[in-house]
Formats: sequence, structure tokens, C-alpha cells
Amino acid sequence: MAASSAGIGTLLCKNINKQIEIFYPTNRRYTWCVIRRICTSISRFRCQGQIKRKSAPKELVGVVGLEVHAQIQSITKLFSGSQVRFQAPPNSLVSFFDASLPGTLPVLNRRCVEAAVMTGLALDCVINRKSLFDRKHYFYADLPAGYQITQQRRPIAVDGTLTYSHLGGTRRNTLITKSVRIKQIQLEQDSGKSLHDDRRGQTLIDLNRAGVGLMELVMEPDMSCGEEAAAAVRELQLILQALGTCQGHMDEGQLRVDANVSVHRPGDPWGVRTEVKNINSGRNLARAIDYEIQRQVGVLKNGGTVQNETRSFDRKSGFMPEPNLPPLIVYDRPSTAPPCVHPSQVVVLEEVRAGLPELPRARRTRLVESYDILPEHSFTLVNEDGLTDYFEAVVKETKAGPRKVIGWVNQVLLGLLHHHSLSVSQSPVTPQMLAQLLNLQENGQISSSVAKQVFQELWRAPGKTAQQIIQEQDLGIVSNTTEIHRICQKVVDSHPDQVQAIRGGNKKVLNKLMGLVQKETKGRADPVLVRSILEEKTS
Amino acid sequence: MSVVNYTRTLQKVILNIGPRCYHRWVTTASVALRIRDSKQNFRCRLWCGLLTPVHYQYSTEGNTSKVPSVATWEPVLENQLPPAKQVPADLVDKLERLALVDFPNQEGLVCLKKAIRFADQLHVVDTEGVDPMDSVLENRALYLREDAVAEGDCADRLLQLSKDTVEEYFVAPPGNIPLPGREEC
Repeated sequence: MAASSAGIGTLLCKNINKQIEIFYPTNRRYTWCVIRRICTSISRFRCQGQIKRKSAPKELVGVVGLEVHAQIQSITKLFSGSQVRFQAPPNSLVSFFDASLPGTLPVLNRRCVEAAVMTGLALDCVINRKSLFDRKHYFYADLPAGYQITQQRRPIAVDGTLTYSHLGGTRRNTLITKSVRIKQIQLEQDSGKSLHDDRRGQTLIDLNRAGVGLMELVMEPDMSCGEEAAAAVRELQLILQALGTCQGHMDEGQLRVDANVSVHRPGDPWGVRTEVKNINSGRNLARAIDYEIQRQVGVLKNGGTVQNETRSFDRKSGFMPEPNLPPLIVYDRPSTAPPCVHPSQVVVLEEVRAGLPELPRARRTRLVESYDILPEHSFTLVNEDGLTDYFEAVVKETKAGPRKVIGWVNQVLLGLLHHHSLSVSQSPVTPQMLAQLLNLQENGQISSSVAKQVFQELWRAPGKTAQQIIQEQDLGIVSNTTEIHRICQKVVDSHPDQVQAIRGGNKKVLNKLMGLVQKETKGRADPVLVRSILEEKTS
Repeated sequence: MSVVNYTRTLQKVILNIGPRCYHRWVTTASVALRIRDSKQNFRCRLWCGLLTPVHYQYSTEGNTSKVPSVATWEPVLENQLPPAKQVPADLVDKLERLALVDFPNQEGLVCLKKAIRFADQLHVVDTEGVDPMDSVLENRALYLREDAVAEGDCADRLLQLSKDTVEEYFVAPPGNIPLPGREEC
């Protein structure tokens, strides 16, 4: 593959004539401003291996590290007994502690500890048996106390791995598996929400979100492009949803991802990092990261230097141990817990581990093993919400093999769903309807091309059953041999030069004749029969 | 303080001894044994009905508090302290930003330097092999609360506390007000 003039060896340029909003790093925490609307061609980084050529200088590669804040799915907040709810009247879910009124103290929520431990175990982390709470001081209007209780020094879980996959390769149908190291998982408080009213020069503060428990997952910078980052975040979303610790809706702010992006030449020290914040979907994440990498490469190629615009980056000051909270102890086994303590006061690792549900990667392996499908298929099944259940429901009710069903589900159904931007639960074709259709095809009542037509009809008019559509439009398979003989003869007679070519040895022209026959019969003829008759007639 | 069992007579005796006694009325009788421990403290061992030994400490008459009568601390000399560190101007700026404290003039800086010198006395203490303590609650058990709603729904009371509110929102000035630069001081 020839290297483009931009110097990035495996760059593939795609012209996307869309307006794209780019979220730019700003000084303000959790406020974003659209810097510019851009009509441009975005170069998509395909994350393929670098072509090593001794004569050319090393190319610049991107280095991406993610910081994910996942809102813990609990009934109450991390340190107070007020409710956690997505939309509520402003300041109605605020307790005295959340408003930092003097005299209030934090009381830790057991559910949040269990959630953090479950997430740590699912990501193969080492759980710190003793973890400490700290205060991180900074001034901002949505942080009434002036500090955030977090776990910087000794977090609850360290040293884990997130293994993710994405479809790559030339035709995007090869499963590429990668992993990224997780530096730490810590419990921390969320801040309130601020609405900026620039016209009147004031900020409106809503503390409903203040104090909600967050799990901050800090990942090492092991990724190199936006696609990998998006795939990693998707896998993390699936894991958290399977565990039930976080619902993972990026658009509702339950999963917030900040990306630290820099570029360097392999072997050289890392370049200056910039932060990309406040992204509300996986696709925007990939685009924003790729844009930032491209921007930094452009700056460096023009001889400039990348400016780090986010202040207090990786700050080491402003931390103080939280004096109101003793260390958090997690016990290995029920026997190691202190004897005279109530069971509701101890978190036992063994019990949490036993309660872990089926994780996405186990689910994929199970699908591959029980249905004998490819890993790529099971990846698509698990990646799309509800598709696995759909697939299993169809397989149960139809006598067609899983491999056939996979083709229908992953390509036909999913293609239509994406085209109409629907989720699996909104599909007009239910698993039962698809199962019926496949049964009709298996029984030989309709051909495969007709089946696809009927599927389209079912999509458009879901009230009818497959049988009804077949009867109405007379799409049943034509197996009347005399009829087929007649049509084949007609075709053979009207295309003598093709027949000559076949007799001469070119067998591929037979397909063209078959196509003509199918057109005559409106796709209803049994293809096997047609082929055998045509072969007979042209021999 | 531990539970201490008394008879009525003993109660009176102990009241005479001094104000630093903690006691509670209980019904079981007990026998008190007094063992003279040191010149200044008695250790009183009381056996309650369940034969559980219980300790408490109280002081004798005359010396009513633990505060010594003569000062026992020694002043730290200037030569015992590590050399005084200079405070550069940008560090002062950083401190002003982090703590939102204003050091407007030379007097403020002198005060800051004195404060730092005072805190330097901590370096005299030998902490070799001692783990830092970050909370006096180190040995306590962290209480884990059940995940059930118990608070909230007091927006009106909270909003009353704020000077400025707009339709159930608190009002704050936009973003962070940047501190004036060094030249503007």
C-alpha cells in the first residue's frame, strides 16, 4: 500500500461531506463549546500495522489514554441517603450533606463498594484489601464543599486488563482482539450540574447530581487511534451493563469518557498530551480522537509545538487524606471477617466473585461453542443490544441451522435496522415471524431470493404473516417441471450464442441463463432444478 | 468509658475524690478494690456481678487535671531547624490560587514566611520507621450504609440559605473569577 504524502503510512482518505461538531479541550470543567463547524475530509485511521521501511523516517503515531467516569447504578448517592435519578426538579434530590452544610458527615453506601469490587473483579484487577479516601480540593461553583472525596492514593482496585475486539482487516470482517491495561479503579463523588447563562453573566447550579457515586477507571495509554478507543469503551459498556453496576448510556452522562491524546514517533518519548472531553457517543469519540491526532500531526509537521490547553493536568497538589472516613477494608473470605461484626458491615470478596453474572466474553465463547458460529458473528451478536436474544429465539423455533440464521440476523435484519436507525427491540419483524419464514424456505415452499423479498414485505407490513404474503403475491416455488422445461427451452432458444459458449466450455455463462430463467419466473423457480435442466439442454 | 458498677456508698466516696470520674447507676452490687498505682493516679478495679474485670482511671485529690503545673515543653532553637526556604513569587501566586487567600503586600509575605518557619519545627521530630497517620480513625471500622432513600426533598429549605436563586437553581458567578495578575496588584 503506497504511503500518502501526509506521511502516515496506512492512511486511507475518505471524503465525508458532513458538518461535524468537534469538542475541543477547554479550561472549564464539564463545559463544552463548539469551536467550529467543519466541512472537511476526515482521514480515518485504520489502525493497521506500520510499514517499516529502513530508508523512510519513522511515522508519527497516536497515543490515546482514556479516563472513564461511570455513574454507579445505585438507589442512593455515595455518601448520603438522597436518591439518584436522571431527571428531577432542580435541587430536589439534595440532602444537607450534598449541599455541604456545616456539621454533616459522609456515610459510605455499601452498594457502591460492592459495585466497585464487582467491576474490579470483572476487569481482572487486584483488589486492595485496604483502600483510603482523600479530598481533592479545587474551587468551582458546582462543588459546594470545595473538595471532592476520592481515592487517589490507594484506590479500591489496581492493575487490571480490559480485553476488547473490533472488526478490522480489509473488509472489516476479521476480529482483532487487543487489550488495554487499567491503572486503577477508584470511588469518587460526582459534582453538581452548572448551566451557564452567558447573557446575564451567571451560572445556575443544580446539585441533584452532586454526591452521586462514580467509578473512575484510569487506563494506560495503550491505544493508538479512535477506533480502538471506541471499541474499548463499547466493551466496557457491555461489561458494566452485564454486571448491573452502570447502565452505560453515554448520552445520559452515565458514562463519561475523557481521552488524552498525543503523538510521537515509536521509540521516542511521548509527546505533549491534550485532553478531549465531553463526548456523548462512541462514534463521536472515535472521530474526535482521530481529528485530534490529525491536528497534532499537522502542527508538528509544520514545525510547531502542541500546546497543552487543559490546566492542572495530572495534578499532584490539592490532595489531603479524608479525616472523616476510616480505611475501607474488604475481606477475602467470610472466615477472615471479624467475628462480632454484622454481615451487612463486611464486604467479602468470595461472595462478590460468586455473584458475578455471565460477562460478554464468556457469552461470546458460549455462543461460538453451542451454535458453531464464527467469533466474528458472535461479536456482532453481543455488540448489538438484544440481538443475541433475537438470534436464540429464532434458532429455537426454526429448523434451519444456526449458520443460516446468523446470515439472516447479522446481515439482512441488522442491515435494515441500521438503515432505519432502529434498535432490535423496535424491529417490526419478530423472531417468530423470521422463524416461520425460514421454515417455509427449509420446507422448499419458497426459494431463497423469494424469502428475501418476503422479508422486505414483512418489514413494511408487519400485520401479515409470511404465508399470507406468499399466497397473495403467488410467490410459491414453481416446481412444475413442465412449466420450467418450457421456460428453459424458451431461454435456450432465444440465446443461441450463449448456448454455443457453454457447449464450447465456458460454464459461467450458464449463470446468466439461470438469471434469465429466474427473471421469467419472478424468482420462484427452484434453482437446483433449473440448473440441472439447463445443463441438460445445453449439453 | 467502660461501664462501672457501684454500690451507693462507694458512689459517695468516689465523688469526694475528684471530678474526673465517670459513673453510672446499675443495680448489681460490687466490691471495689483500690490499688495504689503511682503517686498521682489510682487504678480502681471493680468487679461487677458478672465477674468481668473493669478498669478506669481517676486522679487523686489535689491534682485535679492532667495539665502539668509547670510548663514542660522546650522551645526549639533556630539552629535546630533546617535552613529557611525562600518562597518564590510564582509559588506565592500558586498558593493564592489554591487557597483563595490574598497576600497583598510585604506584610502578608512576612507573615507567610513566619508561618512556614513555625511549621518547620516539625522537622525536629524523628519519624524514622514510623508510618504516617492520616486519620485518628485508623483503627475504627468504616460504617457501611444500606442503599435506601432516607434524605432529600428539601429544596425549599436549601434555597432559603442562598442569597441569590432563580427558579429553584442556585446562582453563582460564571465559571471561576480569574485572580488579578501580579502586575495588577
